[in-house]
Amino acid sequence: MTTRRWIMPSLLIVVVLLAVASIAVGRIVLDWNAWLSQDAIGRTILLELRLPRALLGVAIGAALGLTGAALQGYLRNPLADPGTLGISSLAAFGAVLSIFFGAADLHPWVLPSSGVAGAILGMAALFLLAGMTASPLTLILAGVILSSLGAAGIALVLSLSPSPWAAGEIVRWLLGALADRSLDDLFISVPLIVVGALLILTSRRALDALTLGEVGARSLGIDLGRAQRQLAGGIGLVVGASVAVSGIIGFVGLVVPHLLRPLVGSKPSALLVPSAVGGAALVLAGDVIVRLLPGGSEVQLGVVMSLIGAPFFFALLYSIRRQVT
Amino acid sequence: MKIESRLRVAGLTFERGERRILDAVGVELISGNVTAVLGPNGAGKSTLLGCMAGLLRPSHGTVELDGAQVTAIAADERARRIAFLPQIPEISWPVDVATLVALGRIPYRHRTSHAENEAAVRRAMHATRTTQWSQRTVTTLSGGERARVLLARVLAGESDWILADEPFAGLDPAHQFEAADLLRSLAAQGRGVVLTIHDLALAARIADRVIVLHRGKVVADDTPEAALSPPTLREVYGIDAQWFSVRERGAPLIAIHGRHVG
Repeated sequence: MTTRRWIMPSLLIVVVLLAVASIAVGRIVLDWNAWLSQDAIGRTILLELRLPRALLGVAIGAALGLTGAALQGYLRNPLADPGTLGISSLAAFGAVLSIFFGAADLHPWVLPSSGVAGAILGMAALFLLAGMTASPLTLILAGVILSSLGAAGIALVLSLSPSPWAAGEIVRWLLGALADRSLDDLFISVPLIVVGALLILTSRRALDALTLGEVGARSLGIDLGRAQRQLAGGIGLVVGASVAVSGIIGFVGLVVPHLLRPLVGSKPSALLVPSAVGGAALVLAGDVIVRLLPGGSEVQLGVVMSLIGAPFFFALLYSIRRQVT
Repeated sequence: MKIESRLRVAGLTFERGERRILDAVGVELISGNVTAVLGPNGAGKSTLLGCMAGLLRPSHGTVELDGAQVTAIAADERARRIAFLPQIPEISWPVDVATLVALGRIPYRHRTSHAENEAAVRRAMHATRTTQWSQRTVTTLSGGERARVLLARVLAGESDWILADEPFAGLDPAHQFEAADLLRSLAAQGRGVVLTIHDLALAARIADRVIVLHRGKVVADDTPEAALSPPTLREVYGIDAQWFSVRERGAPLIAIHGRHVG
């Protein structure tokens, strides 16, 4: 397994390079002098726009990659992802509700907390609908139900929204982007993501044991009820906090573990941290690409990810279907 | 290493809805023996093993491991003492063989060093002669090879008790004997081995003791020859069979004539 040793350092180097690119690239290209100069505009762009954007890219990407790998491990299904299963959609619904009722203006923590609440409810509903031993079909159907529920809730709130301007803002945020976020967004989302990630990482043995199925895992002394609560809480925190800041950026959690499995192996615990790092790389790369695309206004990151991810999802489902039949 | 352990099942009743799967089962097993549980499909064999492993909670009655209720023992301690091989083992991901066998060490968490865990995995793979496949992906193995790897996973836990639900299913005769000899040697080391099995001749060859279940009740509990007596086999399976006094490598021979007519 010589490939496994260099994969993490390589991924980390890629993330650092992409983060630097993310800081440098934009309507105004910053060079090294901007770091040093006393130029007020350059410094403002650097510290208040580019730096938060790059760091958020790392945090959100890592969050999405990690939750994808954890969900796939727990459900023993390579099609699982917070986006495809509707968790992100319900997190967004929670956040939108708090905006609609004006609660989000009361305190900066209200919006992310509402997102987290939506995501945790989504996880609970998913476990109820799909259970532990869900077939790919049941799982996807559960995802369809939860996504539709989230989308319908959001549509209802938008149609009841008194001001078209506010509705437009909500829609723009929902499309998923890292542009125009501040350091405050970073400070609010990162602690939630870190706590959630720790919860997910503490259940890594349960994820490994589940390789042997539910009975096999229990015979190895795993408390599956506890693992389920840890993952629902952990994934809920991570997804809720990321969606509250960046809107819905889909497919990262689906694509990254799938790409890394041939490189780091299929053991679920071995895939968690590399998927987080890989997710950071993918989101940073996407966020650099949206700024390099020609055109008057920037394309939303979530849109680009879906354009890449949906065909990928199609190919993955098609290959699984062929294996089964 | 000599283990002295007792697994005592008393008044064990297991109900699922209206159906009574086990009905007041009582047996006491002592380590150092191979016990085979036989009976027709649906007799309650897997349920009995699941209750013994602490994975199923009985409706009534108790399972005690050396005096402690098995469902009351902390899950990871229980897993260190009782290893369980499910009837239909799942392997969800295409991991390599060494990784799969190492899953058997999960109940030890931080109790043993990495080196100790690796050594236990190596011993288990050596005993099952699976070492040569350690880097192979489990999905590339044949059914028989996979069964041996799954047995290695169970052995890696180095538990006092090994409960195996149909460990010989899908193995060719040569590998059945190989696996049977391996389980016998584990019992000779002092471990308790309990398995469910359908092959009467193989049960007679491997087991020190045979428990016959029929409709959730114990109908025989004795040496293979005595437990699988022609009247019992007729009652339980509806087949005619005959034992021969000739012994083949120490084991009595059984001939099955066919379904009982009359």
